[in-house]
Formats: sequence, C-alpha cells, structure tokens
Amino acid sequence: MSILVGKDTRVLIQGLGKTGQFHTEKAIAYGTQMVGAVHPSRKGSVAHFEGETDPSGVPGRDDTYSVDLPVFATVEDAVAATGANASVVYVPPPFAADAIMEAAAAGLDLVVAITEGVPVADMVKAKRYLADKPTRLIGPNCPGVITPGECKIGIMPGYIHERGRVGVISRSGTLTYEAVYQLTLNGLGQTTAVGIGGDPVNGTNFVDMLRMFEEDPETDGVIMIGEIGGTAEEDAAGFVATSMTKPVAGFIAGTSAPPGKRMGHAGAIVSGGKGTAAAKIEAMTRAGIVMAETPSDMGEAMARALG
Amino acid sequence: MKIHEYQAKEIMASRGIPVPLGRMATTVEDAVAAVRPLIEESGNPVVVLKSQIHSGGRGKGTFKEHPELRGVNVITDGVDGGPEAAEEKVRELAGKMLGSTLVTVQTGPEGKVVNRLYLEQGIDIERELYLAILLDRSVSRNIVMASTEGGMEIEKVAEETPEKILRAEIDPAIDLADFQANALAHGLGIEGDTTSGFVRFVKALDRAATELDTDLIEINPLVITGGGQVMALDGKMGFDDNSLFRHPDIAAMRDETEEDPAELAAKEAGLNYIKLDGTIGCLVNGAGLAMATMDTIKHVGGEPANFLDVGGGADEQQVTTAFQIITKDPSVKGIFVNIFGGIMRCDVIATGIVAAVKSVGLAVPLVVRLEGTNVEEGKRILNDSGLDLVAADSLKDGAEKIVELAR
Repeated sequence: MSILVGKDTRVLIQGLGKTGQFHTEKAIAYGTQMVGAVHPSRKGSVAHFEGETDPSGVPGRDDTYSVDLPVFATVEDAVAATGANASVVYVPPPFAADAIMEAAAAGLDLVVAITEGVPVADMVKAKRYLADKPTRLIGPNCPGVITPGECKIGIMPGYIHERGRVGVISRSGTLTYEAVYQLTLNGLGQTTAVGIGGDPVNGTNFVDMLRMFEEDPETDGVIMIGEIGGTAEEDAAGFVATSMTKPVAGFIAGTSAPPGKRMGHAGAIVSGGKGTAAAKIEAMTRAGIVMAETPSDMGEAMARALG
Repeated sequence: MKIHEYQAKEIMASRGIPVPLGRMATTVEDAVAAVRPLIEESGNPVVVLKSQIHSGGRGKGTFKEHPELRGVNVITDGVDGGPEAAEEKVRELAGKMLGSTLVTVQTGPEGKVVNRLYLEQGIDIERELYLAILLDRSVSRNIVMASTEGGMEIEKVAEETPEKILRAEIDPAIDLADFQANALAHGLGIEGDTTSGFVRFVKALDRAATELDTDLIEINPLVITGGGQVMALDGKMGFDDNSLFRHPDIAAMRDETEEDPAELAAKEAGLNYIKLDGTIGCLVNGAGLAMATMDTIKHVGGEPANFLDVGGGADEQQVTTAFQIITKDPSVKGIFVNIFGGIMRCDVIATGIVAAVKSVGLAVPLVVRLEGTNVEEGKRILNDSGLDLVAADSLKDGAEKIVELAR
C-alpha cells in the first residue's frame, strides 16, 4: 500500500510548456502511467516522448521507452478516452486555478498542481469550488507526489527515493528532497512523499496527510517538514497528539528568519508575532513529535522516532 | 507589494469610501502650498502632517535627527493664527521631516527615510474603531476583522482581549453579505443612521479587496466623526504579488525608494533575495531549503548574509545575476551554494556559477553542494572549469566548511 498514487494511477498532463514537457519525460522514464495531455488549442495532436528508462523507477521495464500521448481539448474528453484518474498541472499562473477546477469538474480523484505564483484570490475560489467535490488537490507551488517504484507525479528527482516505511509531508519542495534522500541513505525509505506546497491557500494540509498515513498499513512512521508562517504546523501537532498512533518526526525551517520578511514562499512570513519557528517547534515537541535540530538530522530524527 | 497611505486613500476615495481630504508633497514648498486650499476646502483650520513610509507606528515613531518630533503631527496653529500660522508651522515641520529618518516599532532601529509627506484635514473624532480585510489561512478565505479598540496595536488586542475582535468570513462566491456587515456594525456598537454608513463602507472595502487582489487592507483607526460619518483616518493596503500582472495601475504605484536596491535588482531578475546582517552569502534553490540553509549556518556558528532563492526554473543568466548580487555585498566573507535540484537542474546552476565567476571574479571562499536532477553533469562542469571551490557532501557539511573558511 501507499497513499494518493500507485501503479494504477493514470495521469493526464495539463500544461504542455517547456517545464511540463521536461518533467513529463522524466515521469514516463520513471514508469508513471502518463495517458494523455490537455491543451485547449492542440486537440488531435500527439506529444511524443522517447528515451532511456530511469532505473530507479518502476521495476521490470525495458531499457528504453517510446510513448505517444494523445492531446485533448478538455479534461472531460481526456478522461472519457483514457480512463485517467489523476492529473498534473503545469499551466502558467494566470490560468492554473482554472485548470484545477476543470480537473475537478471532470471527476478526477487527484490533481497535483506544480505551478508557482498562482494568485491567492484564484485559489480561494478554486478551493471553494472543490469543497463539495471528491477530488483531492495537492499544491499548488509544490514538488508533487511520489510512491517510489510505482508512480511519480511532479518535479522531484526519482533516484533519491527508495521504497520503504516512512510517509513524508512537506511545505517545501527542496526540503522534501533532503528528507527523502536521508531516509534513503539510512535505509528507512518512503511509502509516499507528498509536497503540499508553500502557498497560503493550498488544497491539502498536514492534517489531511497525517490522517491518510495513519490509515496506511505500509507506513510505520511519518516525517512532517514545516516552515514559518500560518498555523498549519500547530494544527498538525494537535492532531498528532490526539489521533496518531504512529511515531512522527519533524523539522521547521526559518528559525533564523527575521520577522516581517517574506521568505520566498508567499506563506512563509512571521507577522504580528504569529507563525514563528519557536512556537511551531514547541507545539510539535509537546505533541510528542521528534524534532530534527538541523535539516541534516531529519533522517536521524525519524529513525529515533521509530525506535 | 505595499503602497503608501496616501495612495491607499486615493484608491478608497475613487471607490466612494470616505477619507479625509488630503494632498501629497515631496518638497517643503509643496507642503506649504497645500495648506491654504485644504483649510478652505474642508472648513477646518486644523491640518495633520503625516510621514509616508511603508511602515506602521508612524504616529508614535520619532526621527533620528529630531528625537522630539513625531512621525505624524496635528497642527492647530491655524485655529487662532489663521492659515498663515498653519503654513509657517508646516514649513518648519516639513523641513525637519523630509529627508530625515523615522524610527517606529515596525522599521527596526535603522528606521526609514521620509521622502513624502501627506497633509490632511483635521477630523472631529467621536469614536475610533479597527477594521481589516485579510486572508484567514485556516479557512482559505478572506475575513473582515473588526474591533472597538481602534488606534491600538491589533496584535495586542488579540492577545489580551480576544473577545473584542469580531470576524466575518467572506464567501468568494457571494462577497460580504448585508447581514454580516450589519452584525459587525451591531457588534461594534454602531447605531442609528451611522449603521448604513458602516455597511456601505465595509462592503465597498470588500469589493476593493476582491477587485484589486489585496492581501491586506487595514483601517486603523476607522473613525466615526462628530457628524456620524464613517471614515478611514488611516489606511494601509498590500497587494498579492502573484496578481500584479492583472493590475498594471497598482503595480505602477510601487515606490522603489522604499525597497533595498539589491532586493529590487533581485526581484527584477526573478530572484527572491533578502539582505541580512551576517557574513555568509547563500545561493539556494527553493525557499524552504534556503531558510533551512540559513538556519544551519547559524547552527554551526556562522551568520547568513542573505536569503536567496533562485526559484524553480532559473536559467544561467539568473544564476549569474544571483551570484553578482551576493558578491557585491561587502560584508560577505564566504559563499555557500546549496542546490538540491528538482525542477532546477544542477548543470544549469553549475554553468551559471562558472559564468558568474568568470565575469565578476571570486575574492572569497566558495563552497558548493550539488544534489538532484543532472547532478553528475553539474559536478563535471564545475570540475572541468578549474574554479577554486570546495565541494560539500551535505548541507551540514557545506555549512561547516564555509563557516570555517570564512573565519
């Protein structure tokens, strides 16, 4: 088992720009079942991908691949023709929220929005639109989701992952890679790694993911990587204290960040005394989460938490 | 993006939201020239001279050069002395305020230079309230936040008397409903004819928030005048940077003198850079990793000179610019490049670093840690370049090496 994505996940790509194409190629090389693309003005064309198979990906494949992805005008058409149940969004910021809503309207189980820089108000609307739909949104402004050896949706490098025991949840893309790589090097490995994104309004929060990992029989422990800004980590700590039986490790980035300065992510800001690293670390420690002192200690903290 | 109070008030006035009459001035002469028309138009001999900087707490702030002088001054000389006396006082104060450094609780001890003044009519204040529209991340919606404690620091009110803070969640498909606005008015103790004025005010503010993509509108204080009018005595507006592409008129209001020149140059190059006080320059991909890199430098005994996130899809040119910005900072005694490539490819970073060192030179130690997409190609480019750099195996290893080398 794992969560969110696996070998039966059939993925559409929304947004066939340079970045979308580059990472679609990597996803296919990894062994992800990419089944089609959506572009409003390229209906009927074919997006061709070929190259060498990523040896760190899905096992038991040929050394090379050659794939033709059919392009559809709408997500609805793409779903009808391919049986897709997930999509990845690389659509530029002004149109990204619309792409997310389109994916939800077509009834997909999962939408992973990679796009960085989506207007906050657009996400407020998109989130309301998704509220009464079964579609789960991951992101935006996130690295994506990977279940090692089965399915990679997003921009994370495949080779740093190794199938194992730990669920990974993070607001930051590159910090997710740090945690994942340390878990690979120390032999714990990952069940699924999820980047929930660094924006103030995102589809899925820590608590949603903690709950899914708690229910996943393959996951033995979870590491959550937060950062300054907002109170999502404090909420997650509350959930861990009351509802998690599995061990949890954690790290918070931004201990050295000065207040009032936005640290890159739209969501990463300490303002009005709220969202400080100290408050988050305290809440998480109180909830029994084993905290890593530096990002280089994340793998070790997880090992300690697992005992 | 932040704008000045006078700009926020222009926006409000253009949307029918009541604000005092006022005029912006960048010179003493302009400030003096504004006095007489303002007094005549408003019929009030009292005027208020307000420093315009992108920071709160101006009323209580003082100037470095004139410790006795506040950032906001009510000028009553016109009451007895007529407009001439008000003009004289404005001349004296504007002369001291313009070009001087205002220090408030929000500017930090270094303060901010005042380049613009706003001269406003005096207002007969009956009550001072607090009103704001901002994103509540826990519900992923904008909320209206209101309080009877106007003129106070709202964080303090939230901490000490949270029951005095009223909230209304705004459904993006409906906007603020009349009943919500009425309930806020009731909660604030607003009665009679003033109620409809408040409802109009807060609904217009909500429309402004939606239509202009603000990330914060804060009216502190919102006043009820002696005549029962609801009016914005102060006004702070911030805008969602991600939405500026659809608001060129707002983007044009940017006051670049309020921003750090290096941060501005970085922004123009599509980089996220924030100047800090330390000596270790950092070049990192991803905001979370960039923060964690700063944290680690501090943890091993160093001090970061900056936050710099080259972002997801940086090209060689952006990496070169990033490198130039860091090397230009005279306090930088060592540079730590920490890249865990996902969307960002290690070969692109490596090529950018090599190009940057070739064009600007390298006078301080450089530690590079590369991992992730195309890492082998990246390492090969750095090796083949013959650059004098130290390779690191991990974030902590790199942080320790650069802190040691920069000593």
